[in-house]
Amino acid sequence: MTGVLAFIGRNTRSLFRYASGLYELSAKTAFWAFVAPFKGRGLKWGSALHQMVLVGYNAVPIVSLIAFFIGMVLAFQGAYQLEKFGASYFVAALVGVSMTRELGPLITAIVIAGRSGSAFAAELGTMKVSEEIDALEVMGLNSVKYLVVPKYLAMLIMMPCLTLLADLAGILGGASFGLYQLEQTFSMYVLATRDALVMRDISTGLVKSVVFGLTITTVGCYQGFAVEGGAEGVGKATTSSVVMSIFLVIVADVLFTALFYYTG
Amino acid sequence: MANDAAEPMIRVADLVTHYDERRILNHVSLEIMPGETMVILGGSGTGKSTLLRHMTRLEIPTSGHVYIKGQDVCHMPEEQFNQIRRKIGMLFQSAALFNSMTVQENVALPLRELTQLEEPTIRIMTRIKLDLVGLSGVERFMPAQLSGGMKKRAGLARALAMDPEILLFDEPSAGLDPITAAGIDSLILKLKMAFRMTIVVVTHELASAFVIADRITVMHEGEIIVVGTPEEVRNSRHPRVQQFLNRVPEGNERDVKAYLRSLTESGF
Repeated sequence: MTGVLAFIGRNTRSLFRYASGLYELSAKTAFWAFVAPFKGRGLKWGSALHQMVLVGYNAVPIVSLIAFFIGMVLAFQGAYQLEKFGASYFVAALVGVSMTRELGPLITAIVIAGRSGSAFAAELGTMKVSEEIDALEVMGLNSVKYLVVPKYLAMLIMMPCLTLLADLAGILGGASFGLYQLEQTFSMYVLATRDALVMRDISTGLVKSVVFGLTITTVGCYQGFAVEGGAEGVGKATTSSVVMSIFLVIVADVLFTALFYYTG
Repeated sequence: MANDAAEPMIRVADLVTHYDERRILNHVSLEIMPGETMVILGGSGTGKSTLLRHMTRLEIPTSGHVYIKGQDVCHMPEEQFNQIRRKIGMLFQSAALFNSMTVQENVALPLRELTQLEEPTIRIMTRIKLDLVGLSGVERFMPAQLSGGMKKRAGLARALAMDPEILLFDEPSAGLDPITAAGIDSLILKLKMAFRMTIVVVTHELASAFVIADRITVMHEGEIIVVGTPEEVRNSRHPRVQQFLNRVPEGNERDVKAYLRSLTESGF
């Protein structure tokens, strides 16, 4: 019995420690990204641009390809039900709305968590193990400013861009199904999508994508900083950064979807 | 102490540190004078590296203080300590070069980030520092292309970039062959002669300790057991010091019966 209580207690404590660690890191990052530059403390624009290429530009092919396929699958699955009602016309609406509101941001976040979140954890973890982070601190260079803020800004800017791209690719995926199976013309499909979409669908998706991006950055960097003990520690941190950021992305997704639903 | 009138460069007062529940340092007090080379000697896990890390606030103590030039660095704001930090250079055990930058960029980093110097000046200063440690012509190399000894030298050049008054070395000869290690030792001696820096070296290499030290501190299980000149340490009657100097392995005098009992009585 006491064993069970101790188990629950220990896990609750480590959960709170994790949560407060994440909070602390995101507060520090927000300070160094948005407050410090206006106090003349500088910002590493060069590394931020470099990170934008890594997390954004280089992810373009994989994000658009996956979103294209998801859009296509969505059209298949939607048509399977809608055909029964003779409502195949609404496949375009289904794909358009679900891509922009939900799947565009979510698919992008999951791909980026696997691609960049893990890379952040591995990079910072390796630097921690090889004392590079200590070396920065000893020089009086703030590790959050030098290592986290460029990634944070890159994600802040690139996640909405990638999400828009994913939205578009998903709609094209749906359209490719529409062309061959529903015998629609491309312009008919696009018109049907346009009729169904409102600006709010796209903007709520983009708001979500920003939240997801910041979550992935914070979790990845936090796990990297928390690495202890060599290569094995780096491996563990990389794995748990992906698992944890996907989990938190989905939690945030639930919260924001509910929020948009009730305020919509 | 050699000179009671002078203020110590580094004063560690009654320092206690824990990692989780394990006590690493147990009421450690130590004074290091300006211009002195202090070697902290001890086996693995005796807390000597932790003590060194406290001197540049990489660790926060459970209790106690570290004073640098009379200022308590454990409890001052980050901003204020950054000013003091500029006067401290540190060479890490693994050299800790930034792997994504060339050697030149590594050495130039503190100058670029912390000073207003022009790029040509920085380039010249970088070259001077690299010459000083005997590393000319590798500016464009990446750290991964350097040998262990060259990495240490490059790390030292970076530590020297801001012309520090205090230089900290964490295991400078760890992982190096004896000849390269001797090269690092003579480099430390050269810096000591040329710049009168205050140098603190953590090591377990006896030979190197007796070559470079003005004074030696011997640590065991988180406590300082002897502080003195190399001669005083060599003549110390303390059993742990003698054990360390004569390289006697731990646990030779283990009671055989107690050992057998501990094997059979473990809870299986």
